Amino acid sequence: MAATGGHTVKAFDEDLGQLRALVSQMGGFAEHALGEAMRCLVQRDCEGALRIVEGDRKLDLLEAEAEQRIVRLIALRSPLADDLRDAVAALKIVGIVERIGDYAKNIAKRVPEIEGAGQIEPISLLREMARIAASMVHDVLDAFVERDAAKAKAVCERDGAVDDFYDSIFRALLTFMMEDPQNITRSAHLLFVAKNIERIGDHATNIAEMVCFAATGERLGDRRGAAG
Amino acid sequence: MLTDIEAKADLKIRARAVSAFYGAKKAVDDVSLDIGTEHVTAFIGPSGCGKSTFLRTLNRMNDTIAGARVEGRIELDGEDIYGSAMDVVQLRARVGMVFQKPNPFPKSIFENVAYGPRIHGLAPRKAELDGIVERSLRRAGLWDEVKDRLAESGTALSGGQQQRLCIARAIAVDPEVILMDEPASALDPIATARIEELIHELRGRYAIVIVTHNMQQAARVSQRTAFFHLGELVEYGDTSEIFTNPKVPRTQDYITGRYG
Amino acid sequence: MNSAPTLWRSEAMRIRVAGRYAAERRFRLIGLGAVALSLGFLAFLLGTMALNGAAGFMETRLKVAIDFPRSDLFLDAAALQGPGAQAALAGADIEGAVAAAAQARFGAAGPRLISDAGWLRVRDALAADPSLLGRKAEFSLPAASGLEGRPEYHALQATGALVRGFNLRFLTGSDATDPAAVGIWGAFKGSLLTMVVTFAIAFPIGVLSALYLEEYAPRNRWTELIEVSINNLAAVPSIIFGLLGLAVFLNFMHMPRSAPLVGGLTLALMTMPVIVIAGRNALKSVPPSVRDAALGIGASPVQVVFHHVLPLALPGILTGTIIGMARALGETAPLLMIGMRAFIAAPPGGLDEPATVLPVQIFLWSDEVSRGFVEKTSAAILVLLAFLMAMNGLAIFLRNRFETRW
Repeated sequence: MAATGGHTVKAFDEDLGQLRALVSQMGGFAEHALGEAMRCLVQRDCEGALRIVEGDRKLDLLEAEAEQRIVRLIALRSPLADDLRDAVAALKIVGIVERIGDYAKNIAKRVPEIEGAGQIEPISLLREMARIAASMVHDVLDAFVERDAAKAKAVCERDGAVDDFYDSIFRALLTFMMEDPQNITRSAHLLFVAKNIERIGDHATNIAEMVCFAATGERLGDRRGAAG
Repeated sequence: MLTDIEAKADLKIRARAVSAFYGAKKAVDDVSLDIGTEHVTAFIGPSGCGKSTFLRTLNRMNDTIAGARVEGRIELDGEDIYGSAMDVVQLRARVGMVFQKPNPFPKSIFENVAYGPRIHGLAPRKAELDGIVERSLRRAGLWDEVKDRLAESGTALSGGQQQRLCIARAIAVDPEVILMDEPASALDPIATARIEELIHELRGRYAIVIVTHNMQQAARVSQRTAFFHLGELVEYGDTSEIFTNPKVPRTQDYITGRYG
Repeated sequence: MNSAPTLWRSEAMRIRVAGRYAAERRFRLIGLGAVALSLGFLAFLLGTMALNGAAGFMETRLKVAIDFPRSDLFLDAAALQGPGAQAALAGADIEGAVAAAAQARFGAAGPRLISDAGWLRVRDALAADPSLLGRKAEFSLPAASGLEGRPEYHALQATGALVRGFNLRFLTGSDATDPAAVGIWGAFKGSLLTMVVTFAIAFPIGVLSALYLEEYAPRNRWTELIEVSINNLAAVPSIIFGLLGLAVFLNFMHMPRSAPLVGGLTLALMTMPVIVIAGRNALKSVPPSVRDAALGIGASPVQVVFHHVLPLALPGILTGTIIGMARALGETAPLLMIGMRAFIAAPPGGLDEPATVLPVQIFLWSDEVSRGFVEKTSAAILVLLAFLMAMNGLAIFLRNRFETRW
């Protein structure tokens, strides 16, 4: 159910607008971190990776600020109905986005670990997987700002693709490890990277659930391809 | 829009297709709802939406206004309250009312509470009357504050105390329903909180209907909420549902402050 | 919003403010002037009345000694104690004995120095104490009216035979031909009885009518017509009510003429609209919250009115009633029409006996030629004013007593 008009108290609308802008900003930041981490992974850019790790602190600060804003909103505006659901959803979403940022940081941390000779084939798969995950995050946060439950639901459906990618990469890396035991260290790290990206996809569906709840007041129900 | 009251025994007032007119002006338009004893029912809505008018049809207080007319059927325990068999005076004892501005009689505190039982013949002996007065004042949470000064004038009390006195007065005739028309709107927050706590204590013993402008109060105090708008009953359901996920867009607009 | 900020301290503003203060001052002065003028008129009235009337409360008395055993009175002490006392007193020539004693004391002109009704005092004294017949007794008898102006006055005063004292008889006696002997009590009692009748009829009917019109009557054309009629009735000249009383009570119903009953009925007709109007206003001023509270607890309409509304409206009703009664007390014209203008020498015994009222008495005395009546008239006006102030005082007392805060 979309909002039928602005609040009589205009400052309330401003507060909500600023909150959404903050969530968007966090989302963009996390997306960027993920994209950069993958690029550093492919190009073996250790300095870039270091920058990503340090930059994660900013995301933490943004999350703290968002939390504070939401608490103020609840205390001062006494939101009800869809405004209340929006506030609760926003609180959970910023936590999830912060965790997505943490995963991106984790990926960046592993960049120095896979340094070494030779091209690793599965990395291209990883990049594709990350691209889908990043687009899921982008779309679901758009859906939050627009309060579009249908868009959010569509995002959930793409999680299946991410899970499929994970399965293939898993098998590919296992094969890689069996081929040459010297690859095990690097492959193990890549496995974790794959895992992180898969988790990012799951988190995007969690966000989608929250968006649906905020918009309609109902839970999304069983998701396809749950638990990963 | 009806809400089924599960147990038949719980149903106290049943209203069907009730419309109320002031002369030619229609103030309440085709309202149907049930009120039960187990819950506190709140009526919310903007000014002039008909919630107070509808409340007053439940104890026929609108009869006193010239040109007021009520159509439809309202039953108290199955009896038609607008039927010829219903004695208005007794109806108003069974369905008590507390008003927005506290209006104790300009008599002593004791007399205020004792007046109702006396005129209805509920306590022929003085000892019984004393008992009723004490019981009513205790239930209203006022006994400890006034037990030493029952002979003082009721109008000398503070606003919150006066309102609790009015509640005690209504309780003294052992009503089945208590109607409250914005009972705390003239009181400070602490007095308001005491009234709300009192309502909580009275729940279950009397069917309570409260009209309020303050949505947070409706949310705190009631279990069922009815939203009125322009004389119509727009939505009626569980309070937690109405305030977290109302089904009708008009309801949501009103409670989130997008109305107007 | 103004585009430029307001200059509160500019010269134009200062002039405006000064003009405003001046206007306030002027208004206050005019108000004070009006009050002072009214007080001046009132002081003039009261002062003139007091000056003229003070003399009316005083009387000049001459001391006369009567030696009963040696006088020509054929009265037996025993006879005065028996049932035939009145007849015996009437038969005796007390007047002659007094005249003889006066002559003995003051000379040939003596009897004329004493008021015509002076011998009545001796008669009353004998009736009270028959033992006086056995001895010589001294009496202070009222002097003839106008004695103060005559040349003998100073001579008599020098001899010490003159006494000037408070005229109790003025307050206890009734009308008489001799101004020295007139009393106000007859008219006072007549006024009192008339007021009692007026109150007994006008108050219940007026209050109940006000209650019905305000609380029960439906708002339609008929009740509006009644309301307009009552308002007009309150403005009808009082003499019309006199004509009404004459036509209905005297000619049609053949009630006793000049009786307090008829006077009271006539004045009741006049006072009732005032009470109804005051009653309705008082009832209107009771806030609806009181009625709502009573109705909400299940009181019937009658209980609401008598237990809650009426007690709160009572101060206003009482005030209106007293105002109406005070007006009735001072009415002369209607009572003249129904005949309360006769010379009544004795106070009325009951409601159906002929009587007169204070304003009529004042009117009659002011018509008299004799000079002595001037001061009596002023004195009577003072008595009437005192009665009015007592009534107002009663009203204020009752109103304060019944005032409850709501």
